[in-house]
Amino acid sequence: MQNLKFVSVTNIKKKPLPAWATGTIATPGGMVQIASTDLSRTDIWGMVKSRASAFRMNYIVTPGLYAVGKPTKDSDVFVTANYKMSFDVLRRELKGINAWVLVLDTNGINVWCAAGKGTFGTDELVKRIIEAKLDAVVTHRRIILPQLGAVGVSAGEVQKKTSFRVSFGPVDAKDIPAYVESGYKKTKEMSTAKFSMFDRMVLTPMEINPVMKKFPWFVAAILLIFGLQPSGILFAKAWYGGLPFLVLGLLAVFSGAFLTPVLLPFVPFRSFAIKGWLMGITMTFIATWLFNVFNIQNPLLLAVAFILFPALSSYIALQFTGSTTFTGMSGVKKELKFGIPMYIGAAGISLVLTILYKMKEWGLV
Amino acid sequence: MKYLKNVTTLEYSLEKCAGCGRCVEVCPQAVFVMRDKRAAITDKDLCMECGACAKNCDFGALAVNAGVGCAAAIITGMITGGEPSCDCSGSSGSCC
Repeated sequence: MQNLKFVSVTNIKKKPLPAWATGTIATPGGMVQIASTDLSRTDIWGMVKSRASAFRMNYIVTPGLYAVGKPTKDSDVFVTANYKMSFDVLRRELKGINAWVLVLDTNGINVWCAAGKGTFGTDELVKRIIEAKLDAVVTHRRIILPQLGAVGVSAGEVQKKTSFRVSFGPVDAKDIPAYVESGYKKTKEMSTAKFSMFDRMVLTPMEINPVMKKFPWFVAAILLIFGLQPSGILFAKAWYGGLPFLVLGLLAVFSGAFLTPVLLPFVPFRSFAIKGWLMGITMTFIATWLFNVFNIQNPLLLAVAFILFPALSSYIALQFTGSTTFTGMSGVKKELKFGIPMYIGAAGISLVLTILYKMKEWGLV
Repeated sequence: MKYLKNVTTLEYSLEKCAGCGRCVEVCPQAVFVMRDKRAAITDKDLCMECGACAKNCDFGALAVNAGVGCAAAIITGMITGGEPSCDCSGSSGSCC
């Protein structure tokens, strides 16, 4: 075991520095890499990719201690997660500040989510403080955590175990310079999780993408339903009959995964299920009646359109509760208690009506 | 923005509060303020049940049934019978 440890240490020394490191600094805890406070094009492109796809799943920084600027024994210690975007945002905001950055192993998950899971937690923080020999690196006994890390870290326990006193800094890394300048005082603004239209907008790709992965199944089902004839599957009929439904399906995804999140405070009611349903029925109404482009004449199909798609939009909008900064578990549970029976009901009724429509089409009833 | 009314499980005991101010420091929803050297709740409906206050109250004055307010996590929890967790990285590729 001892031998293995030695080998891995020498390997680290031989490894080339990451692209964002500008050098190294010797500390009592070993060599520490100095992180640049400027983000490169690669770093920014990484942020964009992380916002849009599962690329984020392995976007990590090696946990441990890092330096920013030219930190001394008196410099502040900032703690973050080993999700590369969390690390990048922090070092960018530390421009002009000499500080230590302690990166916890959160399996590449951001601070808030990792704190919820407990990986950004008391035990991991205590372990990293000891491993980095932080008590020898700095003479003071203060560490600054992102406020949202408080979900997983008990400041009292950390102090008992390491003698370091935890200060929970601002929610947003961009407030760090102001926080430091004011003598580590937070304004109410700095300690509140904000959720601007822009914040909500950048989250929508991760709402749309998972749904669109399932969309081909919906396309296949719709084409099958409309194309299926006693004589076999007619492609022209599948396309002509199915197209309005495919467009309505896309609109339901758009209204549930994009419109509702972006317009969140402007859509009436507090329930996400109701917000999503309202946006869904509005979109369905606009598409079927106002423009009348799809020309769905059959009353059975029209009923399906107005039952199924608003419900779909509602269900998708409810998923956004996972991305907000203000929804709690008890509230979402309450929504699901009413929502799930409604969704199953809507899907069931739509299925029955569709079967009825096909039976009429085939002259069975 | 506020979520549903009267659903939070947040409980606060004024008697146990030592007035340290940690809850004000950690709450991301500004649920607490300091009033007469004790914590006071401004609006309970702002609470998102993250659990940061209870975790950091050394005097046991705060309790909350903390958990993720995420529909996907709760549905998965219902199906598997476990507690709702953010671990949705496996299939859907999205998390939190």
